[in-house]
Amino acid sequence: MKIEKLIDYIAFVLIIIALYFAFIFAPVEKVMGVVQKIFYFHVASAWIAFFAFFVTFICSIFLLATNKYIFDDIASSSAEIGIVFCSIVLITGPIWAKPIWGTWWTWDPRLTTTLILWFIYVGYLMLRKFLDEDDKKAKFSAAVGIIGFIDVPIVFLSIRWWRTIHPNVLQKGGGGLHPDMLTSLIVSVIAFTFLYLMLMNKNLKIKNLERNIFTVENK
Amino acid sequence: MKKYFKTIYYIFEKDIMLEMKSKEVINSMLIFSLLTVIVFSFIFEPGAEYKIDLVGGILWMAIVFAGILGLNKSMMSEINGGNLNALLLAPVDKSAIFFGKVLSNFTFLIFMEFVTIPIFTVFYNVNIFKYTLLSISVFILGTYGFSVLGTLFSIISVKSRTREVMLPILLLPLMIPVILAAIQSINIFIKGDEISDAFRWIKLIVSFDLVFTFVVYAIFDYIVEE
Repeated sequence: MKIEKLIDYIAFVLIIIALYFAFIFAPVEKVMGVVQKIFYFHVASAWIAFFAFFVTFICSIFLLATNKYIFDDIASSSAEIGIVFCSIVLITGPIWAKPIWGTWWTWDPRLTTTLILWFIYVGYLMLRKFLDEDDKKAKFSAAVGIIGFIDVPIVFLSIRWWRTIHPNVLQKGGGGLHPDMLTSLIVSVIAFTFLYLMLMNKNLKIKNLERNIFTVENK
Repeated sequence: MKKYFKTIYYIFEKDIMLEMKSKEVINSMLIFSLLTVIVFSFIFEPGAEYKIDLVGGILWMAIVFAGILGLNKSMMSEINGGNLNALLLAPVDKSAIFFGKVLSNFTFLIFMEFVTIPIFTVFYNVNIFKYTLLSISVFILGTYGFSVLGTLFSIISVKSRTREVMLPILLLPLMIPVILAAIQSINIFIKGDEISDAFRWIKLIVSFDLVFTFVVYAIFDYIVEE
C-alpha cells in the first residue's frame, strides 16, 4: 500500500522535473528551434511503449507456463499502457516531422514498424474485449502477445530491406546530442518509467476489483 | 513420431473428404480471388506501362483476402456442432491436430492459387514464371507461412463474439513480412531484375515459416488446454 503511494508521488515530482529539464534546462536546438523539445517526450514515450509490450510478452509466457491470472492482469494492463504511449509516439512524431522533414509521414523502417506495432496491440486489446470466457481470454491473448512481439523484429527487418531497395529520400539529420539535451532526455525517460509504474499499479488494482465484482456477481 | 504424422494425415484426410463433398471453402475462395484480380484491374488505364510495377501486389492481395475468407469458412465448419472441442479431447497430440488443419488449409490455398495464377497471367499479360522453381517456392513458402498463423488465429477468432472480423485484424499486421517479401520477389521475377535480391526475400519467408512453426508448436498445447 505504502509503496504505491510513494510511486505516485515520485512520478508526480519527476514529471515536473522532466518538464523543467525539457523546456528550461535543455538548450534550444539551433536548426530546428523549439519544435525539437517534443523529442524528449517522443523518445520517452517510445521507450515506454516498447518496454510495455516487452512486459506483455514476458507475462504472456508466464501465464501459459503457470496459469496464474495475475500474469494475465499484468500483460493486459501493460498492453493498455503501451498502446497509449505508442499512440503518443505516432502523434508527436508527425508533429515534429512536418516542419523538419517537410512531410508528416515517411515509410522509414522505424516509423512503419511502430505503426504496425500499434495495429498488432490494438488487435490484442480488441480480441480481449470480444472474448467472453476468462480462461480463453487469458490464453488466446497470451498467444497474440507472444507471436506479436516475436514478429516485430521480422517486420522491422523486412521493411528495412524494402526501403533500401527504394532509396530513402529523407534522412535523419544530425547525430550528436548536446550533453544538456542528453541529460534532459534521461530525466524524461526516468520520469516516464515512473509514470508507467504508477499507471500499472492503478490498472492492476482496477483489474483486481473487476475480478472481485465478477466473482460476487456470479455467486 | 509416426503416430504424430498419422494424426496430421487423418485430420487432413477428413478435411479433404469433407471439402470434396461440400466444396464450400474452395469455391468461395476461388470466386473471391478471381473477383479481386478483376476489380483491381480498374485502377489502371487500359494498356498502361506502369502496371508491371504493381501486378505482383495485386496477385498477393487477392491471395491474402481470399485466404482470410477461406480460413474463416474452414474453421467455422469445425466450430459448428462442437467438432473442434471434440477433436481436442482426443487422446492425441493437440499440435498434431493443429498441423493437420494447417496442412488442409495450405492445400486449399494452393489449389486456389493453381487456378487463380493462370487466369491472372491471362488478364494482366505478365509472366511470373521466368524462374519457374523460384516462383513456385515463393508461392509455397508464402502460403505455408500464411496458413500457420492464419489457422492459429482463425481458431482464436471464431471463439470471439465478432467471429470473422477478428481474423484479418489479428492476422494482417503480423503477415506483413511475408506479404512484403512475396510481393517484392514476384516483382523481381516479373521485371527480370537482379535475381540475388529475390534470394534474400525468400530467405526471409523461410525464416518466418521456421520461427512461427516452432513458436506455434511450442505454445499450442498450452493455449487450447481447458
